Amino acid sequence: MATNWYHYASPVTFYPLAGRLAPWFAAIAALLAAAGLWIGFGLAPTDATQGEAYRIIYIHVPTAWMAMFVYLVMAFWSALALAFNTRLSAMMAQALAPTGALMAALALWTGAFWGRPTWGTYWAWDARMTSTLILLFLYLGVIALRSAIDDPRRADRACAVLTLVGAVNVPIIYFSVRWWNTLHQGASVSLTAAPKMASLMLSGMLVMSFAAWAWCIAAALWRVRAIILERERGSAWVATLPGMGRSAGVPGQGPKGLRSPPPSRCATRVSD
Amino acid sequence: MKARHRRFAWIAAGLVAIGVAVGLVLNAFQSNLVFFYSPSQVLSKEAPVGRPFRIGGMVESGSLQREKDSLTVRFVVTDTAQNVTVRYTGLLPDLFKEGKGVVAQGSLGPDGVFTATEVLAKHDENYMPPEAAAAIEQAHKGGQMKSSK
Repeated sequence: MATNWYHYASPVTFYPLAGRLAPWFAAIAALLAAAGLWIGFGLAPTDATQGEAYRIIYIHVPTAWMAMFVYLVMAFWSALALAFNTRLSAMMAQALAPTGALMAALALWTGAFWGRPTWGTYWAWDARMTSTLILLFLYLGVIALRSAIDDPRRADRACAVLTLVGAVNVPIIYFSVRWWNTLHQGASVSLTAAPKMASLMLSGMLVMSFAAWAWCIAAALWRVRAIILERERGSAWVATLPGMGRSAGVPGQGPKGLRSPPPSRCATRVSD
Repeated sequence: MKARHRRFAWIAAGLVAIGVAVGLVLNAFQSNLVFFYSPSQVLSKEAPVGRPFRIGGMVESGSLQREKDSLTVRFVVTDTAQNVTVRYTGLLPDLFKEGKGVVAQGSLGPDGVFTATEVLAKHDENYMPPEAAAAIEQAHKGGQMKSSK
């Protein structure tokens, strides 16, 4: 039986689905991270050139990959939000921004601690590092732009345009080590060439990457639930949710959901 | 054409326009995006004159000399076609090794010696256990001996 995907394009139906999926992705992330760290720090051999210092690769590469990938996913949802004017797409883009910013910050931070013992410097203004720093600023810029605009629908459109414009940075990051002379080394793993890593090192890095992927999905789903509640707090279906029922069910006051939302930007708290 | 299709076309056209603009900008700034210059570029006067720049390449095997009772070292940076001698006073990074990648910042003197203020090690994208590296080196040496015979 074919699933009607449009069924889940509405916040009303996506909210419970996200709630059911998020714990599974979190569990997958925890299991894969445990396995990946065990492979990376327990089984994988020492590197011939860098000694033990290379092991930060098990955090650095997965976070750097996710920083780029989350941005592309965010750009995808932004394009959908602009083209189809769908609320949930914009909410998904909004939910991904802090996760992507965290990944970019972790990639830069672990990169600095890797660069110091190997290259001899925490930071260099080479093309790979500078474009990754721009990626972090793009994430922070999208988050800042959203909180600067009070009307959520206008904020959706402005953030979507900024996200799409910034998307040109992702191929620049990826190909920077090929296009220009950089201090950063070239790609060890690519779709077109055999991996330039020992197989145990590679498997540890890939397992950690899938862990980071699952964690990003779980974090985005949990955050999008909070965003849905906050932005749909004026609607009737939110008032019927188990955690919301107490205040809505008080006789004489009428359902809370029928009132227009308060103008203040207070976050809606949920207990489940 | 539905409204959403038109919007989608506008988004696609906008992305293409931005992509082309960024491509042109990157092309125009090509030389400024380079982190280091190779010895061949330096000797063909492509490197900036009158301001510090970075030179990158391999440390030629057997070229590292230490001056007595000081931290000053001299080594030759090569891109296999051209060589530039680099002079540096200070601590070298752990990964600095003959036959490995290096990036040095400084300026080229009139005598053709590059005086570096900072030396960074550049490592490659290969990761392997020491045994594998030793085996490759062994095989490499074997191949060289065969070819020299």
